[in-house]
Amino acid sequence: MFFTYLRRELRRRRRAALVVASGLALGIALVIVVDSVSSGMGKAQDTVLQSLYGLGTDMTVTKAASPTQDGSERPRFQFDARDDGSDEEQSSDRVMVRGFQTLSAATVTDVGGQNGVADAVGGLNLQVVKVSGQFTRGRFEQNGSGGTGRGPGGGQPSGEVKGGGAQFDVNSYSVFGTDVTKPALGPLTSSKITSGRAFTTSETDGKVAVVDSAYAKEKSLEVGSSLTVKGTAFSVIGIATADSGDPAADVYIPLEQAQTLADSADKVTTIYVKATDSQKIDSVKSAIQKNVSGTTVTTSTDLADTVSGSLSTASSLATTVGKWLSIVVLVAAFLVAGLLTSSAVSRRVREFGTLKALGWRSGRVTRQVVGEAMVNGLLGGVLGIALGLAGAYAVTAVSPTLQAQLGGGGAGGGSGGRGGFGGPGRQAASRTLDVALTAPVSPATVGLAVGLAVAGGLVAGAFGGWRASRLRPADALRRVE
Amino acid sequence: MYELRSVTKRYTRGKEAVHALDGIDLTIADGDRLVIQGPTGGGKSTLLQMLGGLDRPTSGEVVLDGTDLARLSEARLTKVRSENIGFVFQSFNLIPTLTAQENVETALVPLGVKAKERRERAAQALESVGLGERLGHLPGEMSGGQQQRVAIARALVRQPKVLLADEPTGNLDEGMRDEIMDVLERMWKELGLTFVMVTHDSAIARKAPRLATIRKGSITVRENAAS
Ligand SMILES: Nc1ncnc2c1ncn2[C@@H]1O[C@H](COP(=O)(O)OP(=O)(O)OP(=O)(O)O)[C@@H](O)[C@H]1O
Ligand SMILES: [Mg+2]
Repeated sequence: MFFTYLRRELRRRRRAALVVASGLALGIALVIVVDSVSSGMGKAQDTVLQSLYGLGTDMTVTKAASPTQDGSERPRFQFDARDDGSDEEQSSDRVMVRGFQTLSAATVTDVGGQNGVADAVGGLNLQVVKVSGQFTRGRFEQNGSGGTGRGPGGGQPSGEVKGGGAQFDVNSYSVFGTDVTKPALGPLTSSKITSGRAFTTSETDGKVAVVDSAYAKEKSLEVGSSLTVKGTAFSVIGIATADSGDPAADVYIPLEQAQTLADSADKVTTIYVKATDSQKIDSVKSAIQKNVSGTTVTTSTDLADTVSGSLSTASSLATTVGKWLSIVVLVAAFLVAGLLTSSAVSRRVREFGTLKALGWRSGRVTRQVVGEAMVNGLLGGVLGIALGLAGAYAVTAVSPTLQAQLGGGGAGGGSGGRGGFGGPGRQAASRTLDVALTAPVSPATVGLAVGLAVAGGLVAGAFGGWRASRLRPADALRRVE
Repeated sequence: MYELRSVTKRYTRGKEAVHALDGIDLTIADGDRLVIQGPTGGGKSTLLQMLGGLDRPTSGEVVLDGTDLARLSEARLTKVRSENIGFVFQSFNLIPTLTAQENVETALVPLGVKAKERRERAAQALESVGLGERLGHLPGEMSGGQQQRVAIARALVRQPKVLLADEPTGNLDEGMRDEIMDVLERMWKELGLTFVMVTHDSAIARKAPRLATIRKGSITVRENAAS
């Protein structure tokens, strides 16, 4: 009888059932959309972080910030001023270590030996500034600041300055010395080789380079081209395209070559660490910080905190406003469902009173009411999931673009604001990325929605059931309607 | 057999107290037929609720076959209702979403009768009130008289000892009224029921062998030798 009665009620009072269900559906759909957009935000952040880190990197180790050294490490260029009228072009490469702070290669081994560390690999981040142009004596003296090549202080990494008697181009690009023996870790993992080949593990000191596709295009480089850095000619063996569209460096060369170029033998700027268990990142972080002195460990969570721009605005919007909105709508939907169910019971006072008069136990009548409410809840769940999936799908189809700014100096903490060419701050120098927002719906989200539907049905059932349980058999004689 | 002793029922609405029943003494023998009449608000329906165990008196005893219904727990009272008592209401009180057959089946649900047997017995009961062709009809698809016959089938399908009817013809026009009275009378005779009926219909009351009149909560019973 339970199912017959239930079926009949739902079929013949479809509209009432639909009202309760659609209220719940709205709340559930909202939860699905907010939840999947939030996870889309998370994915977008991951994309941003991966572009810095490479895949599989759980944290990076850099040298702890130390008091800023004097400006002696700032780039200096020596040019011989020529006589007026001379057309001779001079050029000079300065190779600087990005962030100026290095760790010794031994630290890589040290970090690699820590508990919970699956693998650690060092990399050297370099900034190369190439200045080329003509310098004439007379004007040069009049324009002192141009003479030392400081150029437009703190401005763009490359530009043309026409000052006094000097006319020169500044070209600045980044070079990453990668450990070719461990191709599975490091920033190059977030790029795909789209032409040519990757480094082989034996090319530890090869004069070979992989060039990022954007930079290659700008400089008309292709596989087989030659690239000269500070007098060393590298042959381009591959072109890499960053997954996120924003590469970690313009040029990748074997680590040893990079160390030679920068006069930093056995030095690295960053150690990329993979943990054995991604759940234990925090404990690995503190182990490294405790056991390997003078280091700063940055996890992706730390780095995520430095992300700003519309991505982080939207992301905090999704987690705060979205969360609260969906909670409010859900609570409202639950209450409305409860009240509607309760009022539906009130309209059926005589019906339930009659059943009690016929000898139906109160529990049986209550069960019937709760059963109806549960079905309404599940109906709401189905509608809500359909609506929510449609919403999430719409977001993914539109995929609005969000911007992410990675805070300058985030990885090292501290010494931001260094001037000089392109302001080579620390490893995670300020960068802006465009990320497309998607709203992937996970099974967990659908599970949550089903749970909410059941909960909604229970809440509605509790309201209605409570009302029904209080009816007396004498209510069969009540004159209602 | 019913024995009612000094049954009072007082309803309080705010500060006001209404004595719906005010010290009723009444005996109804098995197989007896009692017609109750009286002015509106006199307490007829309230008395029927006491007899049927739908409510408990404020004081006094309502003894049915040696059991005082006034003292039973809700669960026991529910059991007594489901096993011994059939109700017929003025406004039929059918479940609007269930068919005639399913409505009759609801009376067998508390007795734990299996679905198949339930359907058969419901069909039989409907047959006996002349609705054998209407098993699958919804209440909304039937006339008032037909609906009341479904209600009678529902009351009698579990073969109760007692049939209580509260103005069973109150919502029906004249032709149907007679039809329903015929059915009830026939059932009473066939099944040997104790039959208590409230009615406003003086024609019915006049024919009744035993007539009770309730006024302001007090009862007077008159044996009608004429019938
Ligand atoms: N649940 C209740 N709460 C309060 N007062 C009630 C309740 N039920 C009945 N009464 C009151 O008790 C009195 C008797 O009511 P009852 O329904 O028994 O009268 P009745 O004789 O059946 O009247 P009618 O012929 O109109 O059906 C009336 O005054 C009524 O207002
Ligand atoms: Mg009445």
